[in-house]
Amino acid sequence: MAILVSEHTRVLVQGITGYQGEFHTARMLEFGTKVVAGVTPGKGGARVHGVPVFDTVEEAVEATGANASCVFVPARFAKDAALEAIAAGLDPVVVITEHIPVHDAIAVVDFARRRGVHVIGPNCPGITAPERCKIGIMPSHLFRRGPVGLLSRSGTLTYEIVAGLTRAGIGQSTAVGMGGDPVIGMSFVELLSLFQEDGETEAIVLVGEIGGAAEEEAARYIREHVRKPVVAYVAGLTAPPGKRMGHAGAVISGTEGTAQAKVEALQAAGVQVADLPTRVPELVARALGR
Amino acid sequence: MRLHEYQAKEVFARYGIPVQRGAVVDRAEDVPPVELRYPVVLKAQVLVGGRGKAGGIQLAHTPEEAQEKASRILGSEIRGERVRRLLVVEAAEIEREYYLAFVVDRAARCLTLVASAEGGVDIEEVARRSPERIVKLPVDPALGFHPFHARGVARRLGLAGPLLGQFAELSCALYRLACERDAELAEINPLALCQGRWLAVDAKLVVDDNARPRQLDLPADEETTELERLAREYDLSYVELDGDIAIIGNGAGLVMSTLDMVAHFGGRPANFLDIGGGASTEAMRRALDIVLRKPGVQALLINIFGGITRCDDVARAITSSPPPVPTSIRLTGTNEEEGRRILEAAGVSAFTDPEEAARRAVTLARGG
Repeated sequence: MAILVSEHTRVLVQGITGYQGEFHTARMLEFGTKVVAGVTPGKGGARVHGVPVFDTVEEAVEATGANASCVFVPARFAKDAALEAIAAGLDPVVVITEHIPVHDAIAVVDFARRRGVHVIGPNCPGITAPERCKIGIMPSHLFRRGPVGLLSRSGTLTYEIVAGLTRAGIGQSTAVGMGGDPVIGMSFVELLSLFQEDGETEAIVLVGEIGGAAEEEAARYIREHVRKPVVAYVAGLTAPPGKRMGHAGAVISGTEGTAQAKVEALQAAGVQVADLPTRVPELVARALGR
Repeated sequence: MRLHEYQAKEVFARYGIPVQRGAVVDRAEDVPPVELRYPVVLKAQVLVGGRGKAGGIQLAHTPEEAQEKASRILGSEIRGERVRRLLVVEAAEIEREYYLAFVVDRAARCLTLVASAEGGVDIEEVARRSPERIVKLPVDPALGFHPFHARGVARRLGLAGPLLGQFAELSCALYRLACERDAELAEINPLALCQGRWLAVDAKLVVDDNARPRQLDLPADEETTELERLAREYDLSYVELDGDIAIIGNGAGLVMSTLDMVAHFGGRPANFLDIGGGASTEAMRRALDIVLRKPGVQALLINIFGGITRCDDVARAITSSPPPVPTSIRLTGTNEEEGRRILEAAGVSAFTDPEEAARRAVTLARGG
């Protein structure tokens, strides 16, 4: 089993007629994802790579039975699009869009919590369950099915680590890119609990970075509740305080959010922390007894 | 983006939050001699913290004293930041100092009110020393923040009588401001009690960069360096650091880990530069232009993991404007073979392994 998605996931792409939406719809279809509908208000009736386009999510769901959404809508309209998907009960709602104002993200995440919908992102690469379903923009060819569940605040760093695992002959159950913004939907803790329950996942890789205290919160949760081996990597040991390192959420504020504090918290919870991303595969191999 | 105190106070005043009368000057001779009631306080408008301790806040009893002190502060440096402007305000007779703020709370995923009856000091310090002195109230995003919430907070701060209602009015105004102005932080510290009235003696407003497109009337960002501003125009994410190895990569996490690798092998990164996902040849050319403008760069490290970004695009940018410093390249992913072919035709080699590339860059920076 994968977490959050499966071969039964029927994906709706919001913003399918835009450049990114169209490009990645093609990639998702190649991967084998069931992309059943697209939505762009005002462009109902069109087709993108054979996928029918609708004006509203409600209409798309009625016509196609879509049950998950992938949002590529530009930042200005992304809040509205995500709320529309949540209101229609799509789950998960994966928000790829970058530069969404944090107050908009708060509204989206709050509404999702009330409706019991899982939001991944914003500002994320999505979720990939090899051989079953990919929602988002992760490069498909890197993945191979296997026992490692991966959760990460960073896109390319996820690809780097997944590629390393695959090269070492270690496949992945599900990889989730959680997003680089200060307020995101699914947290480390929620994903850790899903991976702990997932029968296919034997080891977990957690990729963190500077900013906030989500890794520290994850460390507390791991100590109490996670029985599977966890390997981690945290980026930003050399990042200066007060500067945003690419991601809106990657910033050390005052004394909070340093990589050092995160590494120490994870180590204290029994997590193997790699000092370089290239060293994650060997730690995972050892954890799996290979 | 953080606003200067005087800019923040202009916004606060528009929301009915009481601030002192004052003026902003950039020349000592402009310190108003008559319009203000003396004594006045001169406040250096800098964005670094701890300006009071560094001599950036001074009391003056007469216009002469004010001009004399202003001429000393203006143009001086406070913790590395040059003082270009002063805010001159009428001194307030402060009876008591409180703390009040709304902040984006990452863990709770909402705005959270933070208040304390211990104001005028570093609130993180109060939180460490006596956490029981801090009142925290996460605001339900759907419900919002209402006067009854504020009165509850006021009670916990020990307020009663007319002050309670005035505090509620003021904190509701601050909440409205935080929402309407896309604030990551809207802070009054100290929130002072002066002759039975509230006064925002200092004001801090940090506006979400992602909300700039809908906060068009905000002043220009002064926190960034010239190169950082240029990078923003190019839609590249750049942070200046103090080392000598220039770094370019794609993806925030990957670039951060590249800096860490360089440091791990004993090198010092000169910058952080993320060309972003799906970067074109043009974006890569601009990235090269920016990182190499910084003086003192001894070597360049390029770390590309091609996902949406294509290795051949990157290679074309490198060969069309060859970097003038020794360069170590890591190139892997989408269209890798084509990228390598382009580089090799120009006599440039590239690593597949990022560790090797980082090690090489450190050696190059040392003149190896």
